[in-house]
Amino acid sequence: MHLTLEFGGGLELLLEKSTKVHKVDVQPRDGEDKATMKGLLSWVKSNLVKERPEMFIKDDSVRPGVLVLINDCDWELCGGLDAELEDKDVVVFISTLHGG
Amino acid sequence: QICRECFYIVFEDEIHQTIVDNNLFKAGERVAIGASGGKDSTVLAYVLSELNKRHKYGLDLFLLSIDEGITGYRDDSLETVKRNELQYGLPLKIVSYKDLYDWTMDDIVKAIGLKNNCTFCGVFRRQALDRGAALLKVDKIVTGHNADDIAETVLLNILRGDIARLSRCTFITTGEDGPIPRCKPFKYTYEKEIVMYAYFKKLDYFSTECIYSPNAYRGFAREFIKDLERMRPRAILDIITSGENFRISTTTRMPEQGTCERCGYISSQKLCKACVLLDGLNRGLPKLGIGRTAKVGAGADGSGEQQGKRAERRNRSSLQGKHGNLDF
Repeated sequence: MHLTLEFGGGLELLLEKSTKVHKVDVQPRDGEDKATMKGLLSWVKSNLVKERPEMFIKDDSVRPGVLVLINDCDWELCGGLDAELEDKDVVVFISTLHGG
Repeated sequence: QICRECFYIVFEDEIHQTIVDNNLFKAGERVAIGASGGKDSTVLAYVLSELNKRHKYGLDLFLLSIDEGITGYRDDSLETVKRNELQYGLPLKIVSYKDLYDWTMDDIVKAIGLKNNCTFCGVFRRQALDRGAALLKVDKIVTGHNADDIAETVLLNILRGDIARLSRCTFITTGEDGPIPRCKPFKYTYEKEIVMYAYFKKLDYFSTECIYSPNAYRGFAREFIKDLERMRPRAILDIITSGENFRISTTTRMPEQGTCERCGYISSQKLCKACVLLDGLNRGLPKLGIGRTAKVGAGADGSGEQQGKRAERRNRSSLQGKHGNLDF
């Protein structure tokens, strides 16, 4: 499944070369027929985050203070961790944890 | 649930209501927007500018930026403010710690180490904003403090037993009896909304943590608030409501407001905190003004007060170094 992932608010610094936009190909985890946000998070943690993973993930979810948008919609309105992803979806992670 | 366009309308309208309900401005006022290039101040500049036109507040708006001299952080964010000046058409004034105090934050951290950095920076910045505002001859300062910030501050003051600050920290306007009042139009606006607004409107802002902040005590309050928000988002506004409704026991000793003997700035002690800290730096005594002897307010035990007075007498003897270009 092809997804576009965007990282903002300083999160891009945790990734290789600090790139903000990543086009990725993600498969559903074994035993599941659909990819969920939960699966995507652990995929991102294992494959994209190169340093300080605690700035991005806490326990099973994103660190509190990180906003998540799925196709420009707040993920809390789309099912949160259980939201199902489809091909060509755009997922945006924005950190709010910095000075204003 | 609301769509993007409705979100813009609701966001802007709620802020307009806050401004109107709390009489934050009067027509014809010159207003300086404390601008750091970060998310809150950028959105503040954008929205205030917009509302000023739309609802005809009649305000003369300026951008006021403080350069603390933090390499790799402030120099980058100032570039953002310079862009904001062009993008929003608001005149910009930059005031630096170097000019005012002859010490940059980088110099200060080298002298004092990585603890209590925010104490110095916060105290100096507060004065720097007032001095910059005086130079611009403005009537009022606005800052982008949001609901999350204020809730954090309430908690911080509880954790530290700082009753004096606890009694004031939820006021939407402060310093009305001082040289230049300042207000916080985002008092009831969630940090999350501000970031969403900036993202969808594609507003240009700088987003990196200050390199000295990881050791700040506020970080604990922030973590806690963020966890609370996840469980029950309303908690942030509710903490503010609690803070607004605190009443201080009549038997609590509260500091009296006066002016600094050296520079005339507002102060509850003989010397304002900035003069004390600066004196410490210039005399190679980085702990001056930090710690128990400087504590004021409820519960200050007798011995603490006496120590404080002794320290003051020592401080007053000979102030060295620059103490600012403007006397109040």
